Amino acid sequence: MDVSTLTICEAASGLRAKAFSSVELTGAVLDAIEKRDAELNAYLSVDAEGALRQAAGADAARAAGADGDLLGVPVAIKDLINVEGQPCTCASKQLLGYVSPYDATVSAKLRRAGAIFAGRTNMDEFAMGSSTEASAFKVTRNPHDLSRVPGGSSGGSAAAVAGGEAIAALGTDTGGSIRQPASFCGCVGLKPSYGRVSRYGVTAYASSLDQVGPMTRTVEDAAVLLQQLAGCDARDGTTLDLPVPDYRAALRGGLKGLKIGLPKEYYIDGADREVMACVRRAVDACAAAGAEIVEVSLPHTEYAIAVYYIVATAEASANLARFDGVRYGHRAANPRSVFELYAKSRAEGLGTEVKRRIILGTYVLSSGYYEAYYGRAQKVRTLVRKDYAEAFKTCDVLMTPVAPTAAYRIGEACDDPLKMYLGDIFTVPANLAGICGISVPCGATAAGLPVGLQLLGPAFGEGTILRAAYAYEQEVRA
Amino acid sequence: MSHTIDVAYVAELARLELSPDEKRTFQQQLETIVRYVEKIGELDLTGIEPTLHGQSLVNVFREDVVVPSLDRERFLANAPERNGSEFKLPKIVEDA
Repeated sequence: MDVSTLTICEAASGLRAKAFSSVELTGAVLDAIEKRDAELNAYLSVDAEGALRQAAGADAARAAGADGDLLGVPVAIKDLINVEGQPCTCASKQLLGYVSPYDATVSAKLRRAGAIFAGRTNMDEFAMGSSTEASAFKVTRNPHDLSRVPGGSSGGSAAAVAGGEAIAALGTDTGGSIRQPASFCGCVGLKPSYGRVSRYGVTAYASSLDQVGPMTRTVEDAAVLLQQLAGCDARDGTTLDLPVPDYRAALRGGLKGLKIGLPKEYYIDGADREVMACVRRAVDACAAAGAEIVEVSLPHTEYAIAVYYIVATAEASANLARFDGVRYGHRAANPRSVFELYAKSRAEGLGTEVKRRIILGTYVLSSGYYEAYYGRAQKVRTLVRKDYAEAFKTCDVLMTPVAPTAAYRIGEACDDPLKMYLGDIFTVPANLAGICGISVPCGATAAGLPVGLQLLGPAFGEGTILRAAYAYEQEVRA
Repeated sequence: MSHTIDVAYVAELARLELSPDEKRTFQQQLETIVRYVEKIGELDLTGIEPTLHGQSLVNVFREDVVVPSLDRERFLANAPERNGSEFKLPKIVEDA
C-alpha cells in the first residue's frame, strides 16, 4: 500500500473499514522509511520490531471493539520527546546510547490512544537551530530539493511527513521550530499556546517558550492530533486547567465573518519576493471568500529576536547544566577534578551551536549583566505580549509569512549565526507572547519550494486558527 | 555597554571547556550577537512589569503525597558507570 500521501483520517477510515490492518499500515510506513530515508535522513532511529508489535496489539484491540482516530496509526516522534524503551538522543553525542526510562506525558497520551511509535526524527541538537544542520549525527534533506535544508529544529519530522516517510509527527516549537520546517517542507505545523500541552518528559531547551505540537499533512489531522495532546497535566505546573474544545468541530466555521489582521511589521521589504507574493495571494483569496481584512500594528516586533536570544539562551544555559556526565549521558575519561569531569564531559558531548548558546546564556545571566539583558528582555517581552493583545481586539487571527525565505541551501547559512537567528523574526514573537500559531502550505516558488502561510491566534485560540486554516486549505487554496 | 566578552571566564562559569579555536570564534560571534541584542536598550521600560512565562500563572499547589516512583534500575541503566545500586564516580579527591 502507498502511504506517501495518506492522512491520519484516511488511515483511521481504512482501519475501521478493514481495508488494511495496522500491521500492514505500519509495515508500509517502515517500507517507505527503508526506501527513502537513505536519501532524506529524516530519522535518527527506527524501531521496526517494537512498532510491529504495537501494531499487532492495536489490531487485536480493534478486533475486540476498540476504536479511535489514532488506534493503529504510526506517528513519528522528534528525538527529544521521551518514549519509554526508545533512544532519546536530542541529536546530541551527549545522549548517544541513552534509553528513555519513561514516557513523556504526550507519549503516554498517544500510547493510550493506540498510536504506533515507529521512529525518532532528526533535529538540531537540543532543538537549537533553524535548519537541522546542527544535528550531531546527520543532515536531513528537504524532500522538494535534496540540496536544501528542511528547516528546523523539527526538520526531521517535517521532512518525514512531507517526504512520504510518516503519516504524522510530533515536533516542538521554541521560536518557530514546528512552523518554519512545516513551511520549508510543505506540511502543516501547529504550535499550541503555552500551557496547552504538557512538557513533562520533553527535554527542555527554553522552559518558558517550549511547546509540543502536531506536524501533519492536513489541517484536520493537526486538529485530531492536538485533541490527543492538549490538556492540563499535574506533572507540568505550567499547563493550564482549561477545557479542551472539540477541535474537529471547530474546523467547520468557514471564513465568512472572520476578521483577519495583517500586521504591517510582518509585510516588510527584507523578505523574499516570491514568498511574499504567495502570502499576499492567500490573503486576497481569503478576502474574496468572505473574510474581512484589517491592518494592525505590532510595534515591538523589531525587538523580538533580541529578546528571544536573551531569554532562550539564558534558560538553555540553566537547563543544560544537567548534562554533567554524572548520572547519564557522556562522561569524559579520567578527569582530574570535579570541574574537569563537568567541563570535559560537556566539551566532548555538546556541539558548537549548543556551546555558543550556553556561553551567550551564561553571559547574559552573569553578575553585572543580568538586569541589563535578562531583566530588560523580560520587560520587552511584556510589550510584545501587549502588542498581540491589542491586535486581537480588532481581529480574530493574524495572517503572515512564516519565514522571510523558502528553504535555503545546505551550508548556506552556517557561517553567520546572527543571520540565521534573524530568519526567525516572524515566528519568535508568538512564543514570547505564549499565543498559538499554525503554518499551512500556500503555494511554491518558481523553483518548486513550498511556502507556508502563518495564522496566529490569541492564547488558547487554537480552535480559531484551525478553523481559518481549514477553510483556507479546503475552500480557498483548492 | 562594553562589548568585550571574557569568553574564557564565561566558559568557566558554564563548566564548559573550550578549545582555543572555539574561544576565538565565539569571541567574535558573541560580540556581534550581543551588539545586536543591545537594541533593547533603546526602549524606555519604566513601569513595565517583566513577563516570566508564556501565560501569567500563580503558584500551582498540590497535596504533598507519596506516589510510587520508577524503579531505581531503570535510571541506573543509563549511568556512565555504576557500582551495584549506586552511580559510580571517578576519584576526585586529591591524594594527600
